[in-house]
Formats: sequence, C-alpha cells, structure tokens
Amino acid sequence: MILSAIIPQPLAKLPWRLIFLVMAIASFGLIILYSAAGGSIRPWALSQGMRFMFFLVIAISMSWIRESTIKQAAFPIYGAVLLMLVLVEMIGFVGKGAQRWIDFGFIRLQPSEFMKPAIVLVLARFYDLLPPSDIRRWRAIWPAGLLLGVPAGLILIQPDMGTCIMVVLGGLTVMFLAGLPLRIFVGGGLAVAAALPIAFSMMHEYQRKRVFIFLDPESDPLGAGYHISQSKIAIGSGGIWGKGYLNGSQSHLDYLPEGHTDFVFATMAEEWGLVGGLLIILSFAMVIRWGMMVSYRAKTRFAQLTAAGLSATIFYYVAINLMMVMGLAPVVGIPLPLVSFGGSAVMTVMLCLGILMALERQQRTSSRLEG
Amino acid sequence: MEAWAVKLNTRITGALQSISFSRRMLFVGGGQIAVGGVLIGRLGFLSIAENEHYQLLSESNRVQLIVVPPRRGWIIDRTGKPIAINRSDFRVDVIPEQMTDRAATMATLTELLALTPDEIDRIDREMKTSKGYQPVQIAESIPYERYAAVTVRLPELPGVQPQRGFSRFYPDGAAVGHLVGYVGTASAKEYEKDKNPLLITPGFKIGKEGIEKILETSLRGTPGGQRVELTARGKLVRELTPKPDRSGQTVQLTIDKGLQVYAARRMGDQSGALVAVDVVTGDILAFVSMPSYDPNSFSDGIGRTEWGMLSKDDHIPLLNKVTLGLYPSGSTIKPAMALAFLKQGIDPKRRVHCAGGYQIGNRYFRCDAAHGSMDMHSAVERSCNTYFWATGLITDPAKTTEMVHYLGYGQKFDLPISSQRYGTMPNPEWLKKKYDREWQGYDSANTSIGQGYVLVNPMQLAVMPARLASGKLLQPRLLMGERRQPPPNLDADPAHLEIVRNAMAAVVNGHGTGVGSKLPLDGIQMAGKTGTAQVFRLGLRGHQSNWALRDHALFVAFAPTDKPRYAMGCIIEHGGFGASAAAPIVRDCMTYLFDQQKAMDMLGPLEQQWGGTLAERTARRAAAIEAAAKATLGRSQA
Repeated sequence: MILSAIIPQPLAKLPWRLIFLVMAIASFGLIILYSAAGGSIRPWALSQGMRFMFFLVIAISMSWIRESTIKQAAFPIYGAVLLMLVLVEMIGFVGKGAQRWIDFGFIRLQPSEFMKPAIVLVLARFYDLLPPSDIRRWRAIWPAGLLLGVPAGLILIQPDMGTCIMVVLGGLTVMFLAGLPLRIFVGGGLAVAAALPIAFSMMHEYQRKRVFIFLDPESDPLGAGYHISQSKIAIGSGGIWGKGYLNGSQSHLDYLPEGHTDFVFATMAEEWGLVGGLLIILSFAMVIRWGMMVSYRAKTRFAQLTAAGLSATIFYYVAINLMMVMGLAPVVGIPLPLVSFGGSAVMTVMLCLGILMALERQQRTSSRLEG
Repeated sequence: MEAWAVKLNTRITGALQSISFSRRMLFVGGGQIAVGGVLIGRLGFLSIAENEHYQLLSESNRVQLIVVPPRRGWIIDRTGKPIAINRSDFRVDVIPEQMTDRAATMATLTELLALTPDEIDRIDREMKTSKGYQPVQIAESIPYERYAAVTVRLPELPGVQPQRGFSRFYPDGAAVGHLVGYVGTASAKEYEKDKNPLLITPGFKIGKEGIEKILETSLRGTPGGQRVELTARGKLVRELTPKPDRSGQTVQLTIDKGLQVYAARRMGDQSGALVAVDVVTGDILAFVSMPSYDPNSFSDGIGRTEWGMLSKDDHIPLLNKVTLGLYPSGSTIKPAMALAFLKQGIDPKRRVHCAGGYQIGNRYFRCDAAHGSMDMHSAVERSCNTYFWATGLITDPAKTTEMVHYLGYGQKFDLPISSQRYGTMPNPEWLKKKYDREWQGYDSANTSIGQGYVLVNPMQLAVMPARLASGKLLQPRLLMGERRQPPPNLDADPAHLEIVRNAMAAVVNGHGTGVGSKLPLDGIQMAGKTGTAQVFRLGLRGHQSNWALRDHALFVAFAPTDKPRYAMGCIIEHGGFGASAAAPIVRDCMTYLFDQQKAMDMLGPLEQQWGGTLAERTARRAAAIEAAAKATLGRSQA
C-alpha cells in the first residue's frame, strides 16, 4: 500500500480504525458540550478536549508496553490502588464526611476510578496463575472473591454506588470468563436477589430515594424524580431527527439537570434525535467489538481475560449510563465515557484502551513472527 | 475446603478451558448485543412512539403562560354614573423560585413596605404552597413612595416584582355596600372548583357578594396571557406573542346613584333598609341596607379587627337587610287588605265601631286608640285595627291572603341577588301544612294587621305600593339591559284601587298617621301607610338592650298621589312608630327625586347632628378600627 509506504512504521502499526473511532466519539462529545454550554467552548468543551488529547497520547504510548510488563505490574498496581482506597477512607473518617478524592496538591485522584481496570488486571492475572485443573475448586474462588470484595466494599462505603457496581461487574465478568462453575453465578444471582431487601435497608436515604424514583419516576416529577423525568422528556422530544443543533430547550433552559455530565446523552438526543443516539450507540458497539475481538484473538489466558474484562468495563460504562438516562435503571451516577464532561471517565476508558492496544499490538507482532 | 469442590473425574486441561472461554465469550458478547438491542429499542420507543407526548411536556416546560388579569367591568347607575370602577394602584409580588435569599429579601421588604406580622404570616404560608413561576403577593394598593422605595432597591432583591395593577374602587363606599357586594381573592375552595389559573394570579379578585358575585361572568372579562420562555430557574429568556386581555363588560343598573347615596346618608346610624321602585318600569332606584360595610376595605383585603367589629355590631352591618331581613309588615299590609276586602264585595262605606279593641273568641285584641266609627277610608288613614279585625272575620281568609300575596308580600322576585329570603304570607292551606291546624279567627285578626306569621322583606315593602299605585303587576328589576314585557294590569277593579290610593293619600295628607311626613313640595303629594311591627321573640337575635326591645318602624309610599311615579318601602329596625322613624326618611328620599336641592338642605342639619356625613363617619370608624387593631397588636407583641 502506498499509504503504508509513506507513513513511518511505528505510526502505521497503530490500530488507526480504533483511534479514529474513539476520536470521532470524543469529537461528537465536544460538539455536544459546546451546545450544552449554550454555544461556547467554555467552560466544558475546551478543557474536555485538552483532557482527551492528553489521555489519548497516554493511551497510544501505553500500546508499546509489553504484555509481560502488564502481567507483572498487575498485583503491584492493584495493591497501590487498594492502598489509596484505604487512605481515602481514612481521610474521610478523619474529615467526617464522604471522601472520594486524594488531593496531591497538583492533582486530585479518585482511586476508585483506577480500580476499574485494576480489578480486571489482577483477576486476569490471578486466573492466569491458577492451574487449569483448579478452576472448579474452592481455591479458584475465595482469593478472587477477596480481591474483588475488599475494594468493592471500600468503594461502597465511600459511598459510590455507581463505581462499586462497575468494579463488581468488571470483576465478575473476568471470573465468569475464567471458567468458574456456572452454578456459582446462578446461585450468586439468587443470593443477591434474596439479599436485595437487606441491602436496601442499609442504603443511604438518597440512594433509597433513587430506587423508588426509578421504580416510579412520575410519582415526584418535580422532586427526586426530576432527573429521570426531564431526561426522558429531552430524549423523547428530540424525535427522529432532533430539534437541531443548539436548539435543545431542555438543556439550554436548564430543565435537564447534569446535562453536560451524566445526562449528556439526553442533551445530545434532544438536538440530534434518534439518529444521533444510534450513532453513539453503534460507535461504542464497534469500540467494544474491537476490544472483544482482541480478547478473542489473544493467545495467552492473561490477554484473553484482560481484554475481555476491559472491553466489558467500557461496555458497562456505556450501558449503565444509557439505561439510566432512558429510565431503565436507577440514577447511579455513571457518566457516558468520552462524551460526558469530566476527567475520570476519560482517564479510565483511555487506560483500558491503552492496555487493549498494547495487547493488540502484541497479537499482531507475535502472529507476524509465527507467520 | 476441598470437599466443597466439584468432584470431577476428568481433569480440566488448558484445552478444555479454552473451549469454555470461547463459549462464555459468546455468551458475554450475546449479552452485550442483547443489551445494545434493548437500548436502541428504548431509544426508538422514546423518540418515535412517545415523541408527541414528550414534545408536549418539553413545550410546557419551556413556555409558561403568565396570566394578565383582565380589568373588571364597571358597574354604572341608570344615568351612567360610576358605582364600581377600577383604580390604578401599585403592588409588589415575589416569585419564590427566583429569590436567592428569602430571609434577607423578606426582611428588606418588611422594612420597606411596613408589613405587619399578620401579612408576613400570610406571605410565608403562600410561599410554601406556590409552585413554579406562580407569584405570591406581598402587598397591594401601596402608596407610590413605598413602591418607589422597592423599585430602587430591586437589584438587591431578586425575585421581587413591583407592578402596577388595578383595584376595585367604589366611589360611594358604604352607601352601595349591600347593593354591589364586594370583590376579594378567590379562596382555595373556589380555585379547586374550576382550576382556573387566573384565580390564583396575585391581584386578581372575584365577586364575593351582591352584584359583583352574581354578575361575575359578565364583569370578569377574558384574561390575557404573556407567553414567555423561561429557564428552569424561572429566568425569562424571551417573550413570545402575547394574547391581549379583554376587559369585563360594563353592567348598568337601574339604580339612581344620587338617590341611593342620599337614602344611605339619610338613614344615619339607624339600622334599616329602603327600596325605591320606579312605578312605570319596575326599575329599582335605590337598594339600601344600613349600616353597611365599606366594600373598598373588603377589596383591599379586610383586616381581622375590622371583620370582628363588623360582625359584633348589633346593627348587623354585614347583613343585607333588603333581601335577607324579614320583618312583620305591621300596618303596611292594610292597603292590600282593603283591596282584598273590596274585591270580596265589602262596601267601602260599611262602618265598624272602634271602642279601643275587639273581642275574638276568648281573647280581647286592643287597638291603638278608640277610633269611634270607621269606614274603610278612615280605617286605613288612621290605621284602625278594629276595623280590619272585624272585617277580616266576615271575609274569606284564603281569598284575602291570596290578594295580599298577589300584591307582593311573601313573593320572591327574579333579581340578580345571591340569596333572597322572601318571608311568609300565611294562608289557611299553608297553616294546615306547616302547623297542622285550622285557620282561626285570631289568625285572620293577626294577619289583617300584618302580625302573626306575616314576614316580609324590604323589597316587598316597595313592590306592594308600586303595584297599588300603578295598577300593574310590576316586577322589580335591577339590570338596565334586560328587555321585558310591559307588566299586565292587576287583577283588581280600578275603582277599588282608587279607593285604596285615596286612603293612602289621606294617611299623609289628611288626618292620618303620617301627616308629619307631607312632602315639602308644591303640587306633589305623597301617599303612604305607616306600620309598626312588634318585635317578637327578642332572644332570637341575641341582643337585649333597650334599643332592641323597641318596635320596628315601617313605611310604604308612592308619589305623586295623582300620577304615581315612584314607590318606596322602608323599615327602620327598632325605630319605634312607623310614622316617627321610617316615614320622614321616605319623605326626604321622595323629596330628593323631585327636588334634590331641597332634600340636601334637609339632610345637612341632620348629618351635623349625627357627627358628619356618611363618608366622614365611615372614615372615622376606619380610623377607630385601625387604632383598635394596633392596640391588639401591641398587646400581643408585649
């Protein structure tokens, strides 16, 4: 190919289709944020764009990391993130209030965000180390349960329900793919169903309210059901083609709360309609499919599990957010990655993609060597 | 621990694990696709199937209709003089949603507008229940200086809206109180009934009583709307095409404002009612119930103290005595009785000797005096009860009472008045039904002098002489616009009517009971009949002063005697003799209709004696009320 001839080797080897896809989603996100700010690149679009570029560069650089390095780093990374979680908890305890951040002065870190890829890495590593014959034994379960349960518990008491759900789902996906007996999941599912009332009784008042509102958003359309009601109005009123760019009354007149963060999809759907919504959903589907293919083609168990787990993490991000804004799930505070304003989600997704790109590069190089 | 593990003979190898991984990947991928399908389905459902529904909701979010209340229609008198108009005033509202610091804003407003704790309490309550862009009234009818003070500090008072509005104004105040009623803010119950957002618009008033209430639909008009695009926080984005409001219709009454006010003033501090009727058309020229409240103070929102004082007053200023006050007719019934006797063939020349009383059964009925030999003319003229007792016994009570009822007593009239009590004109059939007993001689006796079961309202007191004077079955009317049939002639012999009218003329101009009330006019004479009603069952109304023990004074009249033009009925509660309390008032009101200057001249000295005109006295009372309110407030704060 002529193109590959002029483009330098290292660049040509990048998964350009994915990068373009991700850049397209992020650009669309910036366009939406521009509108959400009332037709201005401030305060959101500009800083979000810079953030995205920054993490994109990091993700691309990460693609040169070797699988063995990632493998070796899995436990230390997990340990460090867990330590930070405990630290946050202690600071929160001292400061007498919910605490999710560690402030390093120049940057504020939300360790629970790092836990999303970290849990995938550490569990993939764990099952990689576990002899195949042990997969149906008790020792295949309890360490994984501990690895998952401790951070999940720490995040839950922060309290950050959304992140906790994401971490647990990501971890469970890895455990499921690792081949744990099916009945653990079936039984676990039943146990969760049975434990729901207990969990409900332990929830914070605002969390409980969210569940109620989810079950019946119209019961209090001006109060706590406001988010879901207004989001559905925004999406529904957009119709097939939308109200036109910069013409969304729900977002521009502030009826839609969090129109630039968690509910950015509603802001978009109001102006771009069903067409815009399909565009976003399908783009993400392609990203996730790409990640799943990386997993499918992976040669090593670690790469398989890691790639699938990270792809699933991105999937859960998108799915839970969309279900939330369309009234199919309670409001749990999960942003739409690459589109919503905010650094955490971009960072997490780009870290996931960086690792995925690294794994993918190794597949290509190793296959070339073999071929 | 190991016991828990699944007992599998086959060892799980890497190859097996790889197959398992592929299968589970397929499952996970399938799950993801399924979720994606659900998401797309949901998106399609919301934006296609539910699109219309949500578009509507979005639109109702975006666009708010600010109701612009219409100006209320005027109420004018028969010549076009204003009875109820709208006065431009200043008001201050707030939109609670737009307020940033409620406590601070309210503190500033309290200081600027001198709000009382009563008002602050009300505002707090309304703010709690107000929704969306719904403004809450802080104060209305405020003086310009205070309005200006709020306006200049507006930048530091977000959510506060100083506005110019209109308030109802009754130039004649208390004189028209019971006629027009008053306006007020719609109650929660009234809003619940028709859910009209106009009703909860600050400053909007609806008719609460009298004409204002009955003709509400004509007077209200159509509200305009300012359609505005608002943000969720209530900030105005832009104004869309407004819909202009349409003022309410002007309502013209048959009332002669001059006479109405004159009669109200002439009654002084007495408790009573006066109705004047045009004998040709049935037009009600005056509709006075005194004492009255000042409808202006209701329209501004009446204070608790004022309400308390009004409701405790033994002259019951809150009662519309014209249609709700019921009184024994007393001797005012006698002209109607005379006509009934004539119709039954009683010879007007037939004489009855009055020795000062009359024996019926085992009871002796006492007349006011020993009148001697009486015929019909002199019996009406001098109000001899004996004549009517004796004649009542030789006539058919059913026919007699029917004639009196036919002339108006006990009748209900079709008037735009919220409630009428039309009293009782008893008859044998009614008595049988109500008390299950036969009509006795003493029933005839009591009825023939307007006592016993006879109860009439002041409207009937005016209609009866009007019908006698015109010989027509007049119906009173209050609204000018109504077209109606000319009234039919009374079912009575004109010669008989002439006899009755002559007797009534003699009451005032001959040797009768009302000679003290001759019209002070050349060539115009008044005919009338006095009445004095015993006050039965004193305990009923709950006041036991000497004043309350006195008889009611009544007077019915028409003038001029030769060519009747006007008829009046008047009752002064506990006024004593009809001739002394009620007749002079009717005389002066009648005089007013023919010679206003003369009537005013007669009023002047009287009002001086009473301590000022009605307006002055009302103002003084208002000041007293305010002082009393302050005193109560001071006590409660201390």
